[in-house]
Amino acid sequence: MSTFESLELRGVGRRFGGVDALAGLDLTIRAGEFVALLGPSGCGKSTALNCLAGLLPLTHGEILLDGRRIDTLPPERRGFGMVFQSYALFPHLSVEKNVAFGLQMQGVQRAEIDRRVRAAIELVKLGEHARKLPGQLSGGQQQRVAIARAVVLEPSLVLMDEPLSNLDAKLRLDMRTEIRRLHQSLGLTTIYVTHDQEEALSLADRLVVMREGRVQQVGTPDELYESPTSWYVADFMGYRNILPATVVSASGSEAVVELPGTGDDGGARLTGRAVGGLRAGDRVRVAVRPEDFAVAGSGPGPDGAAGEIGGTVAVVEYHGREHAVSVQAGDVMLHARSAAPPAVGGAVRLTAPVERVLVFPESLDAPVPQEVAA
Amino acid sequence: MTSRAGDAQRSTASLRHRLAERGIDPTLLLLVPGLVVAVALFVYPFSYGIGLTVQPTAAMQEQWGGGAFANYVAFFRDPFVFDSIGITMRLALPAALFNVLASIPVAMVLRHRFRGKRLLTSLLVLPITLGTVLTAQGLLIFAGRQGWLNRALLQAGLIDEPLQLVNNYLGVMFSLVITGFPFAFLLISSYLSGIDPSLEQAARTLGAGWWQRFRRIVLPLLAPGLATTFVLTFVLAFSVFPSARLVGDAMGSTRVMSLMAFRAFGEQNDYAMASTIALMMGAVELVVVVAVLGLRSLLYRGTTGGKG
Repeated sequence: MSTFESLELRGVGRRFGGVDALAGLDLTIRAGEFVALLGPSGCGKSTALNCLAGLLPLTHGEILLDGRRIDTLPPERRGFGMVFQSYALFPHLSVEKNVAFGLQMQGVQRAEIDRRVRAAIELVKLGEHARKLPGQLSGGQQQRVAIARAVVLEPSLVLMDEPLSNLDAKLRLDMRTEIRRLHQSLGLTTIYVTHDQEEALSLADRLVVMREGRVQQVGTPDELYESPTSWYVADFMGYRNILPATVVSASGSEAVVELPGTGDDGGARLTGRAVGGLRAGDRVRVAVRPEDFAVAGSGPGPDGAAGEIGGTVAVVEYHGREHAVSVQAGDVMLHARSAAPPAVGGAVRLTAPVERVLVFPESLDAPVPQEVAA
Repeated sequence: MTSRAGDAQRSTASLRHRLAERGIDPTLLLLVPGLVVAVALFVYPFSYGIGLTVQPTAAMQEQWGGGAFANYVAFFRDPFVFDSIGITMRLALPAALFNVLASIPVAMVLRHRFRGKRLLTSLLVLPITLGTVLTAQGLLIFAGRQGWLNRALLQAGLIDEPLQLVNNYLGVMFSLVITGFPFAFLLISSYLSGIDPSLEQAARTLGAGWWQRFRRIVLPLLAPGLATTFVLTFVLAFSVFPSARLVGDAMGSTRVMSLMAFRAFGEQNDYAMASTIALMMGAVELVVVVAVLGLRSLLYRGTTGGKG
């Protein structure tokens, strides 16, 4: 197996007709790591992956493998495995021939090819389908062939471009576990592109959240989940309530904000944890997870609450153990969770603990991105 | 509705629905105008032509024997007529093969985006709009003994004698390439665009160089399209008539079957023999087409993953 110590991206950028699809990407990946690039479509994550694979030439920066420049090598000489969103299986070749393709290109001996192909097909549990054409397989099976084809070469780096986005919800969960299992058993360094935060959080050792071609935040799933540095990252990490607000007063790590459009006069007031320095009058975004909002009827609120927002229940969805509740508070729709379903149309108050209400500066261009050493 | 024993098995669907289940649908009526036209303009004349072939003239019967089949006997026995099959094949097969093979690299290169691609594609396809007669005339003016090309080469001192480029096999071949290439190029381009580009990218990441990508991935997926393109350009070239007469050697190396049919029809007023040659022309084409499509059926013909 070809291994390396570190893969280093230095100021990697790619311009398309005067627009930066990717700019100034600095990232160091250590052997065995599983890194997820997370962001909405058009954020540059797939561009970054294609640049790494060599399918797109860089316009800026360099990529170093153990200090050796590789961004000038064509993709066929980089020795990276890639799993495509569309799987890109060769439709005229059987499963085993698809998997054998890369080994044949390397001129591996026939007996050795047979042995490794069989092992790879067993690894993804497709033994009985080895002689079928890709068109005869289901989406999940095709995906497994694509993975087997990439890992059979024991590449130093596996690149995965939204490999699960074409699968249905249940299969996606199964395949997610499968990919994690493969990564743990083979220890292949993996870079995984996705727009699905759950996928990224559950698979990756480290996440890179991207926006408009630039890195917003880098960190472990835990760091990003608990301490997002911007409302943009918070939005990805499950803070479904992202509300524009104005700072009324700020002291130390706490800030009192006013949410215009909610409740009476200037709007409801909340106290929250300030992320970054804030001053009174600043325009901010307040982020709260639905599960942190407690739905209360009329009556005194709990102690230590950040304040409360009154509204009427608009939608209640049954989610098994709990109910997703949408509350119309003035002009804004808030999302909360509740064990007992409140009556639709009834008046409720939403409260949350102070430490669960995050207050971010509105601007996203602040120099927050941090390289977290693993 | 009263329930009777017999009704239990009978479908309750409407008559129209039940007919549709058996494949009979009122929308089939839309086929009628097309059928009428096809029968009037193709089936009837074609059958009439076949009928003509078994009504040989008295002279033919006397010369070749065979009764009603004298024309067929003549076709196979008369070397002057029979040899035209080989002559036509010698033109049509290489022309079709060249057009297909030359189109592949051009179409491959023109898949990429580059400045001037539209202009280049237009230039390559433009000859399709020229009639064969115009092409033939252009060739005569450009490449004839007194044409620009020969005069330029003579004056430049590159040749001592004018090159014989027209009024022979070569002239007809030029004309077949000029009219057939754009056609083959357009078809192959569209087949190529049907192949998902990520397949080649996948092959690249698996370590395949350009030749391996072409031979192992693109060519197998393109092959059925190449066979179809070959068949179509072959049929086009096989029925060559104007250029065989105008820029060819009509009584020698380019004495193609259509010329023989025309000779029987126009010069000898023997409609029956003309029909026989035309029919045999069709038969020869059919043999080649069936052979190629037979080979094609051995190839992979499923999806190629692209936009189709």
